[in-house]
Amino acid sequence: MTPAVRFRGVSRHFGEVRAVDNVDLDVAPGEFFAMLGPSGSGKTTCLRLIAGFERPTSGSIEIFGEPSTNIPPYRRPVNTVFQDYALFPHLNVTDNVAFGLMVAGVGKAEREQEAQKTLELVALPGFGDRKPSQLSGGQRQRVALARALVNKPKVLLLDEPLGALDLKLREQMQEELKSLQRKLGITFIFVTHDQGEALSMADRVAVFDHGRIQQVGTPEDIYDRPQTPFVADFVGSSNVLSPQLAERLAGVRAHASLRPESIRLDAGGHAATVVTRNFLGAATRLTLDLDGEKVSVLLPKGADVPATGDRVHISWDADALHVMDTRND
Amino acid sequence: MTETDRVSLAGRLSDQLWRWPTLLVVLLIAPPALWLGIIYLGSLFALLAQSFFSIDEFSGLIRYEFTLSTYAELFRPSNFDIIVRTVAMAASVTLASAIIAFPVAYYAARYARGRWKALFYLGVMLPLWSSYLVKVYSWKLILAKEGILSWLFQTLHLTGLLEAYLSIPVLGGNSLSVSWTGTFLVFVYVWLPFMILPIQASLERVPVSMLEASGDLGANPGQTFRHVLLPLALPGLIAGSIFTFSLTLGDYIIPQIVGTSARMIGQAVYQFQGTAGNIPLAAAFAVVPILIMGVYLYIAKRQGAFDAL
Repeated sequence: MTPAVRFRGVSRHFGEVRAVDNVDLDVAPGEFFAMLGPSGSGKTTCLRLIAGFERPTSGSIEIFGEPSTNIPPYRRPVNTVFQDYALFPHLNVTDNVAFGLMVAGVGKAEREQEAQKTLELVALPGFGDRKPSQLSGGQRQRVALARALVNKPKVLLLDEPLGALDLKLREQMQEELKSLQRKLGITFIFVTHDQGEALSMADRVAVFDHGRIQQVGTPEDIYDRPQTPFVADFVGSSNVLSPQLAERLAGVRAHASLRPESIRLDAGGHAATVVTRNFLGAATRLTLDLDGEKVSVLLPKGADVPATGDRVHISWDADALHVMDTRND
Repeated sequence: MTETDRVSLAGRLSDQLWRWPTLLVVLLIAPPALWLGIIYLGSLFALLAQSFFSIDEFSGLIRYEFTLSTYAELFRPSNFDIIVRTVAMAASVTLASAIIAFPVAYYAARYARGRWKALFYLGVMLPLWSSYLVKVYSWKLILAKEGILSWLFQTLHLTGLLEAYLSIPVLGGNSLSVSWTGTFLVFVYVWLPFMILPIQASLERVPVSMLEASGDLGANPGQTFRHVLLPLALPGLIAGSIFTFSLTLGDYIIPQIVGTSARMIGQAVYQFQGTAGNIPLAAAFAVVPILIMGVYLYIAKRQGAFDAL
């Protein structure tokens, strides 16, 4: 099957800065794909390379098998939901949504009807006459979504789509985006720095750091079997154990990942000292000193919480300690 | 002893101003408001009031009675020609300035950074630092029959082209420096900065993502210009055109130094209030640019020019 988007050896350098560095990537058609990473990791530049706002310094990009390196943005079958939404302030909501159809030469009556239908799809009917400045952040986001979807793109790109929304609205939009994607069957590629968002929404996640892809996989893969210390630390703030400690605990000399929530306080097991404790609401986070290395433990509500300075013993299931690939040190 | 007893007089004054912020605003705004209201607008209205008087044709004295006859005089062919000529000149100067200014402003707003931006501001502002008269006289020399421009045409063996252009009625003349084309060129040169800067300021406020979004939605560069960039830059374009248009409408020095003997509104005002001693007619002429600008702004607003503000 032809991938929706294919990167082969793609680099984008800005002077000395390697924003994207030799990236290979295949996104399957109909997939909900997340690009996850801290700011400056190259994820947004990758998105802009797909949209055509940036051109690769080297390498090739294909969209549904079409070489796209030399195709300008306005001829690509992709549409973008911008981080700042980029709604046109001089046009009302209907004209904003109908913009793509207007420049494509669709008649006024037909494009307004299409815009209306798409606004209903994103649950924002009846706002057609308003100007973007009269809408709330969440409503603007829906308009931006409708404006992209009305063109029936083959790939929809979303740049930090929920970044500007408050927590409640963000959770609601996550659900809606997911069901929308399932309903339309369009390939969604979205960029986020929020690992929770990536894990909960995406079919597959690519984790970026320093312009390179660290790992691509399902959310379970990324979370349970991180391949590099960076992935382990960035996704779910796992404990990354040094090769020395891992050798003592598991007998393999390599970096290892140990999820804070999979550690139990037991009578037996390894001895450690409580350094700090933080109440998080649903859980309490302890920082322990285990043979000179810091280890976080997440205790669920209701568990007995030791005091700072206490001597405790910790243990975990054998498969909770994940020994990582040593290639990317 | 309370805290306030220990502070100085100035300190107590600033404390009072902090407690009554309205007082501070009144103190700040009152002097300029008085200046603007009495000296500036007051004298303007005094001038306009003159336009409703008339002049006694025999004695040459002003009759202080309300009449519209002075306005009727504006429609005499010799006077109306002046108005039409001036408006046509102002409109073409504005259009040409906008066409030249837009790419310059766009470059400065989108691409120029750091030192290039400083260079842009310097380049645009530098001509404003030298005397307007010096610039206009320099242009007279540039455009003169033995000037550098005819020399250039001669060197390129294109003298025929220049002569053919000068033989066009209305636009041409004996030489560029005594033609309407010459007046037009000097106007465009002198007012161009007033068009570039507002356009640049308005383009500066257009986020790049707006243009990317347009392209992303399938608009080619031409469509993006027409449907996104131009509407968003329109407030700046209108602001610039107010400058170039109204400055051209009122100027009386440039057409006197470079151009034909036919007068423009500014020259008419100058002559009627001076040598001719006809203050009412001069005042009526002065009302014309104000009315034209009013109508222009009204139409601009109706067309939605300020919607993106």
